[in-house]
Amino acid sequence: MLEIKEISKTFNAGTVNEKTALNGVSLTLNDGDFVTVIGGNGAGKSTLLNAVAGVWPVDQGSISIDGVDVTHLPEYKRARYIGRVFQDPMMGTAATMQIEENLALARRRGKPRSLRPGITAAEREEYRELLKSLNLGLEDRLTAKVGLLSGGQRQALTLLMATLQKPKLLLLDEHTAALDPKTAAKVLEVTDRIIRQERLTTLMITHNMRDAIAHGNRLIMLYEGRIAVDVSGEDKERLTVEDLLGMFEKVSGEQFASDRALLG
Amino acid sequence: MTSFLNALPGAISQGLIWGVMAIGVYITYKILDIADLTVDGSFCTGGAVCVMMIAGGCNVWLALLCAMLTGMLTGLATGLLHTACGIPAILAGILTQLGLWSVNLAIMGMKANQALNVSKQPLLVSLRYLQEVAKGTRPFYMHPIFIVGLFVLAIIAILYWFFGTELGSSIRATGANLHMSRAQGINTNRNIVLGLMISNGLVALSGALLSQYQSFADINMGRGAIVIGLAAVIIGEALFGKLFRNFALKLLAVAIGSVIYYAVIQAVVSLSGINSNYLKLLSALIVAVFLTVPYWKAKYFSKKTVKGGKTHA
Repeated sequence: MLEIKEISKTFNAGTVNEKTALNGVSLTLNDGDFVTVIGGNGAGKSTLLNAVAGVWPVDQGSISIDGVDVTHLPEYKRARYIGRVFQDPMMGTAATMQIEENLALARRRGKPRSLRPGITAAEREEYRELLKSLNLGLEDRLTAKVGLLSGGQRQALTLLMATLQKPKLLLLDEHTAALDPKTAAKVLEVTDRIIRQERLTTLMITHNMRDAIAHGNRLIMLYEGRIAVDVSGEDKERLTVEDLLGMFEKVSGEQFASDRALLG
Repeated sequence: MTSFLNALPGAISQGLIWGVMAIGVYITYKILDIADLTVDGSFCTGGAVCVMMIAGGCNVWLALLCAMLTGMLTGLATGLLHTACGIPAILAGILTQLGLWSVNLAIMGMKANQALNVSKQPLLVSLRYLQEVAKGTRPFYMHPIFIVGLFVLAIIAILYWFFGTELGSSIRATGANLHMSRAQGINTNRNIVLGLMISNGLVALSGALLSQYQSFADINMGRGAIVIGLAAVIIGEALFGKLFRNFALKLLAVAIGSVIYYAVIQAVVSLSGINSNYLKLLSALIVAVFLTVPYWKAKYFSKKTVKGGKTHA
């Protein structure tokens, strides 16, 4: 479904701030794969997702989704294939627009936007039902501005928007990191349900090792812009946090000091 | 006082004409979140095109249409400078505005102003018609307030429809959140260009109406237009923001804001006898104050949580 071949990305090339964020990463996802991505700060996790989403062009390598080479497609054209949820709850929704307007915008992802009505009565009913399934009480607030919602509600809504028009690939960039633990768990639960129901091919970045182990059928660890660990199948099922920490120490040759990851 | 009351219909007419421009400014400033300075140039472009065409014997409606289309081209120029050339929006607008100064002169045959002959050419709106309706020599429906009022309502109706369509919604989304828009497959660059075109089309239409109303176009007629537009947007929001939630009503508030702005300016001129050359300074100050108040309110007067409890506890 997703085929990444030898992609590299260097930011601020030729300056003192030069940073090679991706260094020849290759990764192939099969249809229905749910891959969790972990790694320390600056390991290239977000860069990998942004490269796939087309936020900027990569320096080298190619990316194809479902057989279509998207390496040179701009971000908005790749959106036809990709659903995304960001770390920052503010980023995934239009705060000054209504809940139903946001959903209607997402419903038309990958389709030409014409002079037909931006939202229809039939859609409203559909959105009401979908929002009900989130269990956040949003079904009665269709015309409320998204800016009034809490971070968790906004992330749940963004998730719904990302999957409303079934994407070939779902990219989740630490989408629960900005939420309190209880809300984060709830959003993750919804995430799992939608991915299973729709059989979505997914890349999910997380800072939380337990989440990375508990979700998905494959786990990759990035280190200095490369894939350092790649576990799937039964090995992934048996994986523990201790195993992961051991792997990280072996890869990095240092004690893993991030208490955030340990506590997770 | 009587001079103010006598001048009121004229002030309302002018206010409504500028209201069309202010609605254009609303589209860039509020919907796209861009302060588009093209306006100062495109307003005159509209007036120049309209006057030259009418003076050349062209139909008024056709002249208005061409003025609007030319205005859209100025928006296209700014839009491409901003999106395709990566120039910051404000600077892109300034560049177009500067270039338009020459273009506007060229349209007017390298003259700083061009006049219309009201008695020879049939116009849609004119200061003279206003006087003649008052005297009873013309039917009421030729009163500028009536005609421009209809224009404003028609424009609001069309914009209300447009910004409710798939395309219009995607333009609103572009202004609200670029990241989200691109992630949802919206061509944000195209939408920014489109928004600037619609906005400057309205601004030029307003310039065309004003040039007819005053029966001349002048190279300086758009100077400070953006400030007047912002003043109208801000006044409309301050007075009706809590009352008008609907998009069409918000646009109406902008038009009313423009009328109020002109009525106030007229009152200041009539009642204080101030030299009208000071009006631009006055406009700049009014807008500066209105933009400052909400900022200072948030910065200095927001309710602070009580720290430390009672001192004598």
